[in-house]
Amino acid sequence: MSRETILELNKKFVQKPNAVVDELRNVLRIIDEREDELNCFVTVTAEGAIQDAKESTKRFSSKQQKSILDGVTVGIKDVFCTRDVRTTASSKMLDEFVPAYDATVVRKLKDAGAVIVGKNNCDAWAHGASTENSDYGVTKNPWDATRVSGGSSGGSAAAVAAGECVYSIGSDTGGSIRQPAGFCGVVGLKPTYGRVSRFGLIAMASSLDCVGPIANTTEDIAKIMEIIAGYDEKDSTSLNLPVPEYSKFLDKPLTGKKIGWAKEFFEMGLDAEIKTVLENARKEYEKLGATFVDITLPHIQYGVPVYYIIQPAEVSSNLGRYDGIKYGHSSGRSENLIDHYFKSRDEGFGAEAKRRIMLGTFVLSAGYYDAYYNKAMKVRTLIKQDFEKALAKADVILAPVSPTTAFKIGEKANDPMQMYLADVYTAAINLAGNPALSLPCGFDKDNLPIAMQIIGKHFDEETVLNFGHMYERVRK
Amino acid sequence: MIYSESKKSNKMSKITSEEIEKLAKLARVGLTEEEKGTLATDMTAVLEYVKQLDGVDVSNVEPTSQVTGLTNVTRKDGVVRSEIVRSELLANAPDTENGFIKVKSVL
Repeated sequence: MSRETILELNKKFVQKPNAVVDELRNVLRIIDEREDELNCFVTVTAEGAIQDAKESTKRFSSKQQKSILDGVTVGIKDVFCTRDVRTTASSKMLDEFVPAYDATVVRKLKDAGAVIVGKNNCDAWAHGASTENSDYGVTKNPWDATRVSGGSSGGSAAAVAAGECVYSIGSDTGGSIRQPAGFCGVVGLKPTYGRVSRFGLIAMASSLDCVGPIANTTEDIAKIMEIIAGYDEKDSTSLNLPVPEYSKFLDKPLTGKKIGWAKEFFEMGLDAEIKTVLENARKEYEKLGATFVDITLPHIQYGVPVYYIIQPAEVSSNLGRYDGIKYGHSSGRSENLIDHYFKSRDEGFGAEAKRRIMLGTFVLSAGYYDAYYNKAMKVRTLIKQDFEKALAKADVILAPVSPTTAFKIGEKANDPMQMYLADVYTAAINLAGNPALSLPCGFDKDNLPIAMQIIGKHFDEETVLNFGHMYERVRK
Repeated sequence: MIYSESKKSNKMSKITSEEIEKLAKLARVGLTEEEKGTLATDMTAVLEYVKQLDGVDVSNVEPTSQVTGLTNVTRKDGVVRSEIVRSELLANAPDTENGFIKVKSVL
């Protein structure tokens, strides 16, 4: 699946402005052919996209392109508000919700001339690791349609892998960009917490949520980050730091650079084939001149337990706003105000959202707060310190993304605990806040993609992308 | 938030149906009888799983709720003009009257 990069597309559009519309028509044709099977989108915005592509063509004709992303097709996970376009969070609760404003990341892309082809399917409220938990049907894996695309940004990753858009924007709270990107054989970046604005993102767990891109190459990721990263006064958690020109760092030699290798990662139920593929990647990095240093992350095993206390706590708080009154599903059977809350929330939320609301309410309730929530926040400190200490000895850490390759549809759907364990290599990084790239690095015996994770220091995406790009150049 | 020391170790790993009903009331979420049963089982499994944190020594460890060190970010206390008009915002409300959101009777 060799596709044109964003740079190559841009070159083409500059030479032949009409190619913008041709490329879009090609993407819409693929959507037409494959959507019935794959279900990557909740909403396809073909008409708007055609309008946008025509405008873009005019700009290229008059040599007034807005950015490197001008005319390039993008899919937006359906948890980002899009003005005048239905935004569901893949939940029936928001089946008819039409935002009056754009999320900052969407506004930035529109200002850059992006052609938005639609809203990508995901697990409802981004709760899940398989996209089976969408109220709009499962997104299937383009490599094997009997398997899941991963989640929660499954539609975003599958759409890029299938060619239904050139890149997409996802959100990652415990692995939701990295794991589906890995399952679908594409590249995904969870930036540092606070690097990309979350204004207009339907909040899941606010101390963990990150916005990031999914694309075909690390170079594409760098180009997209140059547009979407940066401070936003509307997001008080975004940091007021300059945005580096990420693509300038991609080709820097890795000679003398250090990569951390933690034995803990390989003792957590990792599939043997994935281990072998990662060891091969290690050899490639050594050939590129990097050296490996042994590091230890003694609290990494507590990542998922801490995550499944803190995350539901914040979910229960963030989902409190859906009361059936201001927007969202409103029960037609209620008798009075309090009854309206209960019935609207009962009818609008699915099983997983209810499970997390209840779990979060429990760990925050009087009597249990210290034993669960406060304890989890303290272990979070230890996890964060583990990464700080390890990254004082190394430039990046190499890790698996997920313990297995894409699993079968239905395999884990009825066992929430099994599904939660899919986050074992990713959730800890959200707890620590570091940036991490998910990068394809091989295949298993069933020809399913295997990915590795490159974890960097806070706000050091440029080094993470440098390591990703240099590996891609030599990948077999 | 301060709770009595005696409650600090008061961990519950088996969730009862009374507990489910109390939590559902706090969270304002209606549940069917079947959902109540499933939730008790699922929540018990998760709480069993997170019990492994009991073995972690966190004495002298400060809790982390914000990973980049920002604290108390405020903006100027002034009027910000919005490009969104009232009718656009009200368009998503299930029930309105004379430009207001309408709610059910409280009693």
